[in-house]
Amino acid sequence: MSLFLIVALPFLGALLPGVMNPAGRSATAGVTFTITLAAFVGLLTNLPAVLNGEVVTNGINWMPVLGLNVTLMLDGLGFFFALLILGIGLLIIAYARQYLSRDDNMGEFFTYLLLFQGAMVGIVLSDNILLLLVFWELTSLSSFLLIGYWKHLPEGRQGARMALTVTGMGGLAMIGGMLILGQIAGSYDLSDILQNRDLIQASPLYVPALILILLGCFTKSAQFPFHFWLPHAMAAPTPVSAYLHSATMVKAGIFLMARLWPVLSGTPEWVMIVTTAGLITMVLGAVIALFKHDLKSLLAFSTVSHLGLITMLLGTGTSFGAMAAVFHILNHATFKAALFMSAGIVDHEAHTRDIRRLGGLRHLMPITFAIASLAALSMAGIPLLNGFLSKEMMLEEAHHTVLFGSHWLVPVMATVGSLFSAAYCFRFIGHTFLGPVRDDYPHTPHDPGAGMWLPPAILVTLVVLIGVAPFVAEPFVKLVTASLLGSAGEVPDAHIKIWHGLVPALYMSIVAVAGGLLMMLVFAPLSRLWESTPRPEAKVIFEAIINGAVRAARVVMHSLHNGSFTRYAMIAVVTVLAAGYHAWITGAVGVPTREMQAPGAVAIAGWAMLVAATLGIVFFHRNRLLALILMGIVGLMVSIAFVFFSAPDLAMTQFTVEAVTIILLLLALNFLPNRTPVESTTLRRFRDATVAIAGGLGSAALAWHYLLRDAVATPISEFHLANSYKGGGGTNVVNVILVDFRGFDTFGEIIVLSIAALLIYALTETLLDGPVRRRLLNRTPDQPQSGTRHPMMMVVLTRVIMPVVMMVGFYIFLRGHNEPGGGFIAGLIVSIGVVMQYMASGFSWTAARLKYPYHGVIGAGVLVAGFTGMGSWFLEKPFLTSDFTYVRIPPFEKFELATAALFDLGVFLAVVGAVMLSLESFSRLARRADMPDSDHPMDIDPSREKPSPDLRTPEPEAH
Amino acid sequence: MTHAAGLLDIALSIALVTLALGQIMSMVRLMIGPTTGDRILALDTMVINALGLVVVLGIQQGVKVYFEVTLLIAMLGFVSTVALARFILRGDIIE
Repeated sequence: MSLFLIVALPFLGALLPGVMNPAGRSATAGVTFTITLAAFVGLLTNLPAVLNGEVVTNGINWMPVLGLNVTLMLDGLGFFFALLILGIGLLIIAYARQYLSRDDNMGEFFTYLLLFQGAMVGIVLSDNILLLLVFWELTSLSSFLLIGYWKHLPEGRQGARMALTVTGMGGLAMIGGMLILGQIAGSYDLSDILQNRDLIQASPLYVPALILILLGCFTKSAQFPFHFWLPHAMAAPTPVSAYLHSATMVKAGIFLMARLWPVLSGTPEWVMIVTTAGLITMVLGAVIALFKHDLKSLLAFSTVSHLGLITMLLGTGTSFGAMAAVFHILNHATFKAALFMSAGIVDHEAHTRDIRRLGGLRHLMPITFAIASLAALSMAGIPLLNGFLSKEMMLEEAHHTVLFGSHWLVPVMATVGSLFSAAYCFRFIGHTFLGPVRDDYPHTPHDPGAGMWLPPAILVTLVVLIGVAPFVAEPFVKLVTASLLGSAGEVPDAHIKIWHGLVPALYMSIVAVAGGLLMMLVFAPLSRLWESTPRPEAKVIFEAIINGAVRAARVVMHSLHNGSFTRYAMIAVVTVLAAGYHAWITGAVGVPTREMQAPGAVAIAGWAMLVAATLGIVFFHRNRLLALILMGIVGLMVSIAFVFFSAPDLAMTQFTVEAVTIILLLLALNFLPNRTPVESTTLRRFRDATVAIAGGLGSAALAWHYLLRDAVATPISEFHLANSYKGGGGTNVVNVILVDFRGFDTFGEIIVLSIAALLIYALTETLLDGPVRRRLLNRTPDQPQSGTRHPMMMVVLTRVIMPVVMMVGFYIFLRGHNEPGGGFIAGLIVSIGVVMQYMASGFSWTAARLKYPYHGVIGAGVLVAGFTGMGSWFLEKPFLTSDFTYVRIPPFEKFELATAALFDLGVFLAVVGAVMLSLESFSRLARRADMPDSDHPMDIDPSREKPSPDLRTPEPEAH
Repeated sequence: MTHAAGLLDIALSIALVTLALGQIMSMVRLMIGPTTGDRILALDTMVINALGLVVVLGIQQGVKVYFEVTLLIAMLGFVSTVALARFILRGDIIE
């Protein structure tokens, strides 16, 4: 089966469990099982090729420019992990069917599980490291969903958040490390990277890359000091713990270390960091595990410890260590998943996981006892079980490992770790299953149905099989080791045997088991001692760090971003001033190259009015309406200034925007008090005035400076002027820039504009749904109002002028490409034309006569612009490539047809829709209960058959 | 330069100065008020004066497109005035 399909199957299949949910729990589990089985079988079809030592690859180029390609590869190592993921996945699915209760949403669970499975398979089959990173993040996200699956449990939510934070941050570090690695190797494909061991290790960036990648691996695989998230993630349902936290996800970090082993390992840095982290994790995890009372916590810390063991083996950097690591990954996956499932069975049956409340279960649950004991003994390293074999290999490797110049450090630590490991295994068996039967279980336990014990039983069969007959697994382990080592090492020819003779490893093993038994004898006083020693609590520290980070972020954010516009304006002005001042004193300032021009009377008058209007705003700004009128003057004078400086385009735009702004602000002012109260202190106003004056003087100085000098570099306007007609087919450079040269920007801008308009709409709709609605409806006007709502004169005038406005808009739109105008101005003109109708005849009358909702107009605009851009794809040109031609239809003159005009139509529609939707939303708020909507265009309508009921003269009563 | 052109230049200059003066006077009216109605009227007068200014500038600089700017101002300039007037009369400009 194609590798694509193997990776895609779980993702595609993730859609099914949710759909199957109503069909019942068995159907849901069944469909999930089938999907996984299909992927599993698909994987097995590639087995012959892998056994032949071939590397199966599938690939397509996705974004070659970025080096991001969807290339998958399957070699021994990938096959091994994929086998674990899909094989144990099958057992977990069968187990989860029995484990989850009727209250749990099974479809949701299996959807998450399949998403996770797909992401995991993606990691181990990725050839491209960027693709691998994508899957890596997906595992973090899907595991977040799985850990937090029981949303009602606070521990579940907190554990999920902690896991996401830690692994997410590690993932972030890893992105950096992978990018550096790709830069060094010159390729993001693993098959290329793995060939460049010398190049990568010689690079000065090797150490940063190594540390960043290891951060990712250590967080994912719960290595010290990031081990703390794993026990908290145990709040997840047991199938999740068994799957994610023993067999698969926590092995992702290990997998990546193994995958990159050929290029990263062997250096002193690697040995020091990886071995040390692994060793500490192994011992620390084992010690903590011994004193945990919750079965799952015990297993969680034992997982931490075993992951440390594997990490340490990879850290030694020898071929034998790598082989031992591979073998232990296999063994750990089998016995640990079985142990988690057994713990789940105990929890399910006895309704508690507290080891202090258990004991004597061997009589009540013989099958579970057998399964759990075999798995735990294997973990303890008892001969004839698979854990013994890999533990022997580990001790053998530790015996030869020198760390920090010491020959005894690693062997002693490894023995101590094994000792505690044996001790907690014995405790797991002894305190749960052995001892007298108690009469105070929360629920009387008995063995569950075969559906629940069969999956762990299958795993334990493997445990025993490999333990008794290691030669069965040996070829496979060596195959995987060979692909792990790549060209960096030879597969050791040592055989995996039960009996090696009287070697140091055997003595260490004996010490560990004997010590473990001894420790069980003195467990009670030891436990009391442990309870009375103060220990740092990881969760408290983590929460404190998170809270500190949140507080720090809040301090920074609230001082800059407190929701007050004046604050932003001040920050912006001060920053720009500082930057400008810096540029001024450090840069070279050229001499003036242009002559001062004499000011004319008109210019002076315009300037004086601008100054007067601005000063007026400063002094009268508390009267909001007056401030608005004065702003109208500023707008008007700016429009005139644009005309004066020969920019009619800008003048038209400015003028129409002014009109729309005034209408919008008046609509808003309707809900605001007429005067702004004095709220700021004198000192504060003084400060604001200083900033404002400095900003004004600064921009004046800048304008003065640039008006007297030529541009330092050739401005781009030369290019635009030269190419506007040649390339864009238009003589109006402004319009050609908008729809052609910078068409993509414009496309983005109309989308932003549309989103803003839709947001305004959404916000007002939310307001109208809430408690505000009643207050809005029952407002009473704060001043006497005129009696005419829709005066006839205004109605007639706006109706008469409407077609004229539309025609002018049409004209401005059409000729926009060659002369001042275009879709934007035309859109504003048409909007004003429509708003006039709203003002004259009222909201409901106008709204009833509009066929198309403004949302639709906006959407049509964006779509028209987008499709115009996409049209160029059919001619194999980039997005938004424009073209134009001239046609002549008799009897008309020759005229131009340009695709840019179609794009401009999109702009036009988006502008009309956005402006109208925002105005309409605002005016929607102003409906009042005492003002019924009128069906008539004006108050006194001569064409009305009957006079308005309000105006009807009372008929004389008949006697 | 012909006398006619010279005369036109003089006329245009006078017109410009007159219109500018008119603008400034409207501005004064706008500032002193006293009622909001006066101020809105002043703004409307300023729009009309601006029309004149653009037309005269267009004649002076010989640019045709200015007349289209005046077209827009003439066609839409009253909308702001109407909106402001409706605001003081009814509070709600679209009802």
